[in-house]
Order: sequence, then structure tokens, then C-alpha cells
Amino acid sequence: MSKTKITLTQVQHVAKLARLPLTVKRSKKLQPQLSEVLDYVSQIGSINTKNDPETCQVIDHYNTFRRDKIEKHRVLTQKQALSNAPKTYQGYVVVPALIDKS
Amino acid sequence: MIPDLQQLTIFDIHQLIRRKQLSFSELVQASLDRIEATDSQINSFINLNPNALEQANSLDNQFIQNPDLIDNKPLLGIPLGVKDLYVTQNLTTTAGSKIIDNYLPQYSATTVTRYLDAGAIIIGKLNQDAWGHGSSGENSDHFPTKNPWNIQYVPGGSSSGSGASVSAGQVLAATGTDTGSSVRLPAAFCNLVGLKPTYGRVSRYGVIAMTSSLDTIGHLTKTVAENALILSITAGHDPLDASTSSKPVPDYLKQINKPLSKYTIGIPKEYFIDGIDPQVHQATQQAINTFKKMGIKTKSVSLPHTDVAMACYYIFVPSEVSSNLARFDGIRYGHHRSTFGEEAMRRIMIGTHTLSSGYYDAYYRQAAKIRTLIKQDFDKVLEQVDFIIAPSSPTPPFKLEAKTTDPLQMYLSDIFLCPTNLAGNPSLNMPIGFTKEKLPVGMQIIGPHFSEDKIYHLAHHFEQETQYYKQTPKL
Repeated sequence: MSKTKITLTQVQHVAKLARLPLTVKRSKKLQPQLSEVLDYVSQIGSINTKNDPETCQVIDHYNTFRRDKIEKHRVLTQKQALSNAPKTYQGYVVVPALIDKS
Repeated sequence: MIPDLQQLTIFDIHQLIRRKQLSFSELVQASLDRIEATDSQINSFINLNPNALEQANSLDNQFIQNPDLIDNKPLLGIPLGVKDLYVTQNLTTTAGSKIIDNYLPQYSATTVTRYLDAGAIIIGKLNQDAWGHGSSGENSDHFPTKNPWNIQYVPGGSSSGSGASVSAGQVLAATGTDTGSSVRLPAAFCNLVGLKPTYGRVSRYGVIAMTSSLDTIGHLTKTVAENALILSITAGHDPLDASTSSKPVPDYLKQINKPLSKYTIGIPKEYFIDGIDPQVHQATQQAINTFKKMGIKTKSVSLPHTDVAMACYYIFVPSEVSSNLARFDGIRYGHHRSTFGEEAMRRIMIGTHTLSSGYYDAYYRQAAKIRTLIKQDFDKVLEQVDFIIAPSSPTPPFKLEAKTTDPLQMYLSDIFLCPTNLAGNPSLNMPIGFTKEKLPVGMQIIGPHFSEDKIYHLAHHFEQETQYYKQTPKL
């Protein structure tokens, strides 16, 4: 089986998808490590699974619904909900600008 | 009196309380004193509950007014350590990480609420590999926890603080999570009983998600009976966690003292290969011989997809991790995403890649198909035998920094443990002895889904026969 080699460009592409700000130094350190792990896990490609169904969860029930009812004792106050936000403004969480006004 | 928490069980302590030979204040003070005396050596705790002693004082007063309290609350006053992955209201929760090192939860995990309703006193939040990413405790963003049996060695991870704290006699029990090893490995490395329950047996609500389709909510104790007691408190349907089962919860404690049934255990040949440490192999063989002396039948069985289980696991884990850690945006809580530790970044990167366009079919989808085959392996074998017996780790505890330069080497520590997470089966680590270097060795008892009652039954009898829990580390 050919070795999985991740390029620096791929590392940067994945970092962008993952919204992970990586320095060049860190990208270079991660590159061989990612290659090694991906190379190891690629062995699953050798198993013939054409007719096998996928298992993504191992519980025997699905489509569990909750009652459409507000549980007042569990509702956080605005103060509680904002208590861990680094930047707030008049009851809002402040987020980085998404739209460039210019 | 000053209770020695390394020697006493929850039941011993409650007996002393009932006899008025011990107060709750003395109990909690003993826990805090032990932490003061030993934690600079082992680093189990990230932070302590400043109100623990006050809560104990209050209990002493309540108990005088209402002595029946101890009958209704099976963990009344018991000092408990909580893994820092569990959200605890008004007690800083960091998941072992720097990125949310200032996070103050406004609610508690369901399991935490259940422990508190049973009367337990949270002593503090226990150290762990950040986010559950690790098998040794060395991936904590804070500091590494050490093994009380020898502080040059790792206690196992990711519930590293949990294993160290219970075996050092700082607390009577500790919570943990097990996604691929993380309760059973520290239990094995610290001479403790550690449960990975059936997926869906215990609520995951309020436990910071690592790999949502594999995460299980377990705990570590010195003995099987204590472990069974705690599961009867944490297990059961939770409307806040849609993946929990509605199956009724057996009375786990009631079952364990019954005479042993005619059980058969399966010995999977793929788990007894070259490459296992000879002392682990010897201890496991000895344990199997003990089972035979107890009248248990043994049968050779096969789990043919064992060799690809690790690869399957290390696709599922990073994939789901990359999704679960996306919420840490530094906007609603926590710091900037650049604050993530190295292992977290590694797993996010791998998982983003395996789920990305052009790679999803080859990686995640293929891994999901292999997961079906692995689950079928377990289901088929457990139709022929009652339990599967396997070593918990291919090696005894290893030295700090022995595996930190090569991530893949560290991942391979989980090789015997992670298949059960893929299949969802329950598995209990039992102490089975020590190496020449006096380091603990553990073994798994794996059962069919929701067979924790039978696992405890077998384990309790094995424990009575071997009594390894009586040995404790000197600090």
C-alpha cells in the first residue's frame, strides 16, 4: 500500500476548514504526524465492505422526541447565559464582524 | 477518628457514621488532609470545591435531626472526585484544557446531579488528558498526573486524576469517561475497578462531548461492590440525553453475592499475541486459572476484525472530535481557537480531513462499515459465551514521556480497549496483580449489552478470591 503523504498545502486547506489558526512552524510539525496517522488508518481500505451496512451508532432506538414544553427550572437567565462570554454588549454576545462594510 | 480512605470502602464508612465513630466533617477533613499531603506528588486535582467542608458540617447537623437520611442516600457524605470533563454548576470546569480554563458552568451534568441527590460531596475537579484525548494523562494542558504506585510512571488516561486520586486514598470514588480506554486504562494502571458501561446506560448530558457515538460515562472505585452501588445511582433513562436507554436498571448490588452461576468465558485469540508484555500475559493467564478454579468454563473464541479496530477507531474519534470541538469559538465562552493544545489540534485536523469532500467515503464511511463487522464479531461470540476476558493493556504502566514523542505509539495503548467502544459493549477492568516492579496489571470482563449485573456478579466473586484491592500504594 502506498504511503499517505499530506502536503503543506493540504495542511493549510484543512486548517482553514477547521478554523484552526496554525502558524507555519506548527503546520510543519503537524504535517508528518498527520501523514503517519492517516497512513495507519488507511489500512481499512483493504477490507472488502461492499455489501456491509454502516454503523454510526449502537443504540436500538431512534427518533426520540421530547415534549414540546418549557422546563422553567432549566431555563438560564440572561445573566447566566452571558456569564462566560468574553465580550458582551447590552445583553448581546459580541461576535467578530462577518460583513465587510466597504 | 482519622479514617484511612485507602483502606475503607463506602460501606465501611457508612457503618462508622451510623455507629457515631466518625462524623461527616471528620471524613471530608481526612480527604482534604490527604490531598494536602499527597497531591504535590501526584497532581490529581485541578481545583477543589471550596464549600466541601461546609457541606459536611451541614450534613452532620442534618444527620442529628434526621438519622434516616443515611438510609435514603447511599452516598451520603462520601468524598467524590469529578473528572473535569463533567460540567459542575459554579465550579470551574476546564476539560483539562487551557482554552476553557475560565469556564464557570451554570448547570450540572445529569450524572453530577444524581451523585449529589445520593448525598455525595464533590471534593474537586480531577485532572485529565484535555478533552479526553489521551491514554496517559500527559496531554493535560495543566500538568501531568503521576501514578501513586510509582510517581515516575503514568496513571493511565484520560481519567488520569480519577485513577490516581482513588488509589491514593484522597477520595472514595471518582467519575470518568471511557471512549476508547479512559476509565479502564487508569483503573488497570492504578489497581482499581473501573467500569465502561453499555453505551446509552448512563446519561452523557453535561459531560463535554468527545466522540458522541462512543463516549460512555463510567467510574472508578477500589472494590466491585462500591462500583455496583454507584452504577445503580448513575444508570437509567435521561430525557435530556436522547441516546439513553429506557431499559430498566437492575439492582446491581443485590446480585453480586449470589452463588456463582455456570458461566463460560471466551478467550479471544487475537488478544493474546506476540507483543504483549510477558508479565501482562502471565498475570492474565493466572487470572484465567483462577476462573477455572472457581468453576468457570473457558472457550477459545475469535474476534477476527480486531486488527483493524484501532484504525476504525482512529477515524471515528477525530471525525467526531472535529465536530464536537467546533463549538469552542472563543465567542460564547473560552479563549481563541489558537489556545487548543497540540493533541486537540492534531485530532481536529485529522477529523476535518477524514470528513472532507473527496475523503469522506474512503475514511468515515468505510470506517462505519467496518464498525458493523466489529460489532458483529462481539455479538456472535457473546452468543457462545457469557463474557469475553482480555488484558486491559498490552503493557504494564509506562514511564512518563515514554510515548509522548510519537502520537501513534500513544494511540496503540488502547488496542485492546477501543473495540468494545465501537461495539458499545460494557467492560469492567479488574485488578489481576502486579509486575516485579510492583506496578498494577488489569484485565477486562466484557459482556453483552446491558449485562453489567452479570459482569459485577462474576467480578465480585473473582475479587473475593484474589483480594488485590487490599494492596495500596505508599505515598
